[in-house]
Amino acid sequence: MSTDATLANITDAEQGSSLWKDAWHRLRKNKMAVGGLFVLMLMCIAALLTPWLAPYSYEEQNLILGAAPPSAQHWLGTDTLGRDLLTRLLYGGRISLAVGFIATAVALLIGVLYGTVAGYFGGRIDAVMMRLVDILYALPFMIFIILLMVIFGRNILLLFLAIGAVEWLTMARIVRGQVQTLRQQEFVEAAVSLGLSQWTIISRHLIPNTLGPVIVYTTLTIPSVMLFEAFLSFLGLGIQPPQSSWGLLISYGVETMEEYPWLLIFPGLALSITLFALNFLGDGLRDALDPRTSKD
Amino acid sequence: MGRFILQRLLQAIPVLLVVITATFFLVRAAPGGPFSAEKAVPPEVLKALEERYQLNQPVLNQYFSYLGDLAHGDLGPSFRFPGRSVNEMIFAGLPTTAELGLYALLISMLLGTTAGVVAALKPNTAQDYIPMSTAMIGICLPSFLLGPLLMLVFGIWLEWVPVSGWGNIPGDKILPALTLASGYTAYVARLSRGGMLEVMSQDYIRTARAKGLPEWVVVIKHGLRGGLIPVVAFAGPAFAGLLSGSFVVETIFQIPGLGRFYVQAAFNRDYTMIMGTTVFFAALIILFNLLSDILAVWLNPKLRQQYSSHSG
Repeated sequence: MSTDATLANITDAEQGSSLWKDAWHRLRKNKMAVGGLFVLMLMCIAALLTPWLAPYSYEEQNLILGAAPPSAQHWLGTDTLGRDLLTRLLYGGRISLAVGFIATAVALLIGVLYGTVAGYFGGRIDAVMMRLVDILYALPFMIFIILLMVIFGRNILLLFLAIGAVEWLTMARIVRGQVQTLRQQEFVEAAVSLGLSQWTIISRHLIPNTLGPVIVYTTLTIPSVMLFEAFLSFLGLGIQPPQSSWGLLISYGVETMEEYPWLLIFPGLALSITLFALNFLGDGLRDALDPRTSKD
Repeated sequence: MGRFILQRLLQAIPVLLVVITATFFLVRAAPGGPFSAEKAVPPEVLKALEERYQLNQPVLNQYFSYLGDLAHGDLGPSFRFPGRSVNEMIFAGLPTTAELGLYALLISMLLGTTAGVVAALKPNTAQDYIPMSTAMIGICLPSFLLGPLLMLVFGIWLEWVPVSGWGNIPGDKILPALTLASGYTAYVARLSRGGMLEVMSQDYIRTARAKGLPEWVVVIKHGLRGGLIPVVAFAGPAFAGLLSGSFVVETIFQIPGLGRFYVQAAFNRDYTMIMGTTVFFAALIILFNLLSDILAVWLNPKLRQQYSSHSG
């Protein structure tokens, strides 16, 4: 959502320059990407309106009904406690999407600032900062986060921070590379000679110009973050009941998949459709914003 | 080349030290001692235990003695299974994990490059879209979802293959290997498609075609050689990733490998085991990254130039 909003703002603000208009044209021609954007917007609207959309209340049980296959009353069936699966999927989706967006925002903030500072100041500062990134890259982070969750308990805030703290590395590298080339261009020289402060140069002139690759990478980070949350919840190390997420629903679904396969299939579909949408949108944005790089 | 290898080896030491230090102090910072789970341990027993595991000494002393042991390759005793050392447990699980990882690596390399090359030969046609969309499925379907789905369809509904286990019933290795390979296969497919697309537009391919060589010779003899460099470079990190990432698959299919031990250790709060495995995985990842870096530079003289010009 946030990236779309930024993109829209920029398209409005920079009518003069054709980069964003061109990109938008290219993106619109990519049917998969537009489809992804559409699905994603639907998911976000559903997540925002969940309390009004959900047909049942979140904790409403019906032990007599138990696990029932999809029917007119319960479109996606019910779980072993007779809770409406559609309702639980909607609420779980809120958490999954929130983790995706918030953790990505954390990564975005750290990565952009870090990369800009390293790229702008260059020299020894850059060398030290990027060496640190190299070191962090070599760490087995999956394992570290599992360790963190085990040691400090399953706290949703910690989950956001931990995942965000891992995902900023690539962002920092991308931004640093961009800033390094940008700062040698005339408009930065002009800004320096006008006597603008370094902070103004960084925030007004450098960061806005790195937006293209940053948007692309952000769109591709969200699915990997969501996947990670789902995976941690699947292991029982992420979101804890009574809260729910798609990963947690999948892990419950696996336990009873032999008798009640819909409890695995629907949460799985919800997660993978969202991941598909995000990946197609990200690929489309990459092609649109940077036509030179093809899919790797 | 020798200098490059030495340089990368020297760089690996601080990385490893950071991993060890971070893990050590994280684990020590954990609320509650490793024995607090057992109810009502008599104080004298607790004291004896702490003495045995050197927990009564200052943290720094513990740290340095842990480092010292590590230098000898000793990861210490397990907290949960008093009779066994962490080394024993790691080497009990490693062969299984390595076997699983190797199958997955083979599957992903063979299947992935085939799909990628086929797609790159006719870009933007059905021959390109079908394998690449399938690859997208591989990327988007996480293994903890794909695994159970495969189990459900092929194990329970169709009854073609056993559902779980490892090496007990013939065919029980198929599903875990496929599940573990899926994401990497997709990634290899995209890598090789990209590499082939770039190579096939080069002048020397045109020359080869102009000589009148049949298309398959051009593709296999001239195209693959350059086009698969990115794939070869990816093999090292992929294998490291397959080893350290196999715990999902091992947990789902109940395979007694290293990954499953790690997850169990995490739940049992077997701190020495967690530390040992983390350090072991980190060392593996660093080693395989190093190997693939060396391989990449060795394969591609252009890269060598790049490395020497901006020093890393």
